[in-house]
Amino acid sequence: MTTLGQIALWLALLVALWGTATGVLGGIRRRPELIQSARRATYALLGLLSVAAASLLTALLRRDFNVAYVAEYTSRNLPAVYTVSAFYGGQAGSLLFWAFVLSIFAAAAQWLTPRRYDPLMPYVAAVTSGVTLFFVAVMVFAANPFARLPFTPEDGNGLNPQLQNPGMVVHPPMLYLGYISIAVPFAFAVAALISRRLDTGWLHAIRRWTLLSWTFLSIGITLGMWWAYVELGWGGYWAWDPVENASFLPWLTMTAFLHSVMIQEKRGMLKKWNVSLITLSFMLSIFGTFITRSGIISSVHSFAQSNVGYFFLIFLVTTAIFLGWLLWTRLPELKSEAQLESALSREASFYFNNLLLVGMAFSIFWGTIFPILSEWLRGTKVTVGPPFFNQVNIPIGLALLALTGVGPLIAWRKASPQNLKRQFAIPVSMGLATALVLVLIRYSDFYAGVAASLAAFVVATIVQEFWRGTSARHRLHGEAYPLAFARLVARNRRRYGGYVVHLGIVTYFVAFSGLAFKREMEASLKPGESTSMRSPYGHVYTFTHLGISQYERLNRFVTAASVEVERDGKRLGVMSSEKRQYVDSFNRPQFNPSTEAAIRSDLREDLYIVFAGSVAGTEEAVYRFTINPLVWWVWFGGAILVLGGVIVMWPGAAPTKASLRRALPGYAVTLTGTGWEGHE
Amino acid sequence: MSESLSQSRRDLVRGVLAIALPVLVAPQAARQAGGAARAALRDAPSPQPAAPDTLVGELWDPSRAGKLRTRVSEYENDPFVVGVEEKLRCTCGCNLSVYTCRTTDFTCETSPAMHRRVVELVEQRKSAQEILDAFVAQYGESVLMAPPKVGFNLAGYLVPGILITLVGAVLAWVLLRKRGARLAAAGGASPEGGDSEAGSTLPPEDAARLKAELERLEL
Repeated sequence: MTTLGQIALWLALLVALWGTATGVLGGIRRRPELIQSARRATYALLGLLSVAAASLLTALLRRDFNVAYVAEYTSRNLPAVYTVSAFYGGQAGSLLFWAFVLSIFAAAAQWLTPRRYDPLMPYVAAVTSGVTLFFVAVMVFAANPFARLPFTPEDGNGLNPQLQNPGMVVHPPMLYLGYISIAVPFAFAVAALISRRLDTGWLHAIRRWTLLSWTFLSIGITLGMWWAYVELGWGGYWAWDPVENASFLPWLTMTAFLHSVMIQEKRGMLKKWNVSLITLSFMLSIFGTFITRSGIISSVHSFAQSNVGYFFLIFLVTTAIFLGWLLWTRLPELKSEAQLESALSREASFYFNNLLLVGMAFSIFWGTIFPILSEWLRGTKVTVGPPFFNQVNIPIGLALLALTGVGPLIAWRKASPQNLKRQFAIPVSMGLATALVLVLIRYSDFYAGVAASLAAFVVATIVQEFWRGTSARHRLHGEAYPLAFARLVARNRRRYGGYVVHLGIVTYFVAFSGLAFKREMEASLKPGESTSMRSPYGHVYTFTHLGISQYERLNRFVTAASVEVERDGKRLGVMSSEKRQYVDSFNRPQFNPSTEAAIRSDLREDLYIVFAGSVAGTEEAVYRFTINPLVWWVWFGGAILVLGGVIVMWPGAAPTKASLRRALPGYAVTLTGTGWEGHE
Repeated sequence: MSESLSQSRRDLVRGVLAIALPVLVAPQAARQAGGAARAALRDAPSPQPAAPDTLVGELWDPSRAGKLRTRVSEYENDPFVVGVEEKLRCTCGCNLSVYTCRTTDFTCETSPAMHRRVVELVEQRKSAQEILDAFVAQYGESVLMAPPKVGFNLAGYLVPGILITLVGAVLAWVLLRKRGARLAAAGGASPEGGDSEAGSTLPPEDAARLKAELERLEL
């Protein structure tokens, strides 16, 4: 079966090369047979990579330990679900997963894109085939998932314990889907540049794709935070690790694009910027993989490092040079059709929003590569950890939060003082009132206080927008309020879905501010002994050590320590944290023992208990107790964010004729006779 | 008297174990079986007295319970020590601070050793900066979780902020210049006329209808 997979990979290499060449030639020379061939190459790639993926999956499920990848990442007693997730748990498998999913997206783009975008499609096929070519080439020449061992081991090494978590079954695919789906908007952007069709057509073609990849990235990042929280045992969910940063970078640039694209659609402005943002997002998605794979920067996520980093570096540099040239030669066609008219306009607020989003992306990128720069330029190694990132990015993040509230309130083109007064009166009052209350109750953390005040401001803007829209529908159409609300959202999914996304962002910020009040302590307890801890809300938690037990599970030996937990004298229950020693089917230990935290969540705070170890092999246990305020809201914020994304891209939200007309550059409204009509 | 106290402690420990062991396998059964023991726990005076070491059972297989620990010392929760350790990077290659590593990566030998060194220096009454300096002298700048704000490192801190400020200032300048040009073109007349673009020739009633219609379209 793996021979079949190997053959499929080689054929995919040739087909991808063919698809790239025929796509470019067919597009330039307008040769229908070449264009058709490029399109078919995309479908053929899907078929071939499906065969390769099925081959690897079969090898994994059949525990064919003669295949090096299977032996390295699975073992006989690995549960089936993690055997499947081992597909993308290692280097070569994740590359195959990437290429396979890209081939699905590439075929879907060819299949689903309306005929009016046909002039772009050969170049789209060329670009997606080109990117697939790169990944297949890396597999064929450097990281072959079907490589065989000269012998067949009795059992495999097993999967890293940190990857044996339900979060890791879903988190990597989601993040990969986000990364990979950016390739489609990127392909359309390159197609528009090559074909010089730089009107708003290509933007309409990629709208759902950009939302899709942004939503997948959002899900992937949130699930990654959840995985880090429940699995890594340090009691936090974001550590500014280089790989976390790498996933955040394209999310920031995609978010910037989703805002700035509205300006191009409405005013014909920011054309260069939008093309640059899409290409930058794609480059950053590759950069994320480069960081993970190269090991150039140490990271807790670097599960699968090897020399393929050089391939990625070459690809990044080559692509950057090509794109730079392409953009440079198309600059005259990317001139704005309109001018920014006022600093007090929604366009201007989007300019500043983009400045901050891209500025934040830059500061994270800068912090991530700064250790390398320092070593190159000074020969001195430095560490850039959370204190650096927090110091640089928290102010930028708060400014962004403020703009999240400001943007929707300002009129397009130019806002008048009356407009500003009408829109801002209530939200600003809410923000100031919140700040005043926080000062009066002596809220101790400055940034957390600012975040809470700004959150109140933004929530007020969102509520105001929904209220005004709903009441206007109620007034104009006589609809009941619930119906008016539902129709308001259904008929303006982009706008009101966007507000839901803003609500998710606000929830995130409020949840993040809870970190300022985190409390933790370590204690060693003998069975029956208790210790107490006060939470930020003033509750007193009492922990009574019950004992330690040891027992076997399918593929691990478990040492579990249990505590009975009381809050203000009222029993909450028993919580158990574990040390897990994973073993192979011959009961031989694999990896170092890992730790499973015990977590109890409610809306206000999380109780996070970690069994740190046994004192001298007895039942006396060392525990770390952590109280994390507002963590639940991080996951809730993620859900709201994703819900907003789904609302925006939900099918049926296609622009109406009127909105399409209004979206065209140069659109104006005239009054004729008794009616109103729009014209270009 | 002391014998009965000792007996009651033994009963307490047995009761605790009766809860702990089955609760991991069958929580419902444990809840039923362990009720009496928990009642004993609740009735026990608080804070609970430490049981004598002879009553603390040994693990079945300590080799599979991870790295064995010593008892937690007062320094491990000391805010000063924790504050210093959060500024120091564990040199094992994990990328975590000494505090996070020693309380998270329980297999690491490096962070506990660095913790002991911090405690030594604290006991010598060194200040936080002196302790950090001692580590920098031994390991170099990379032992700090964030580079010190001097020399080349300042670029790390300042470049993003300076760039954002510069671009923002240029953007604001361009916008203000455009506004000035528009004002000049309008002969000094105030362009603040409403939500629609400046220079509209619509009569007020038409402008009001237009605005209302546009608002309706937005809905």
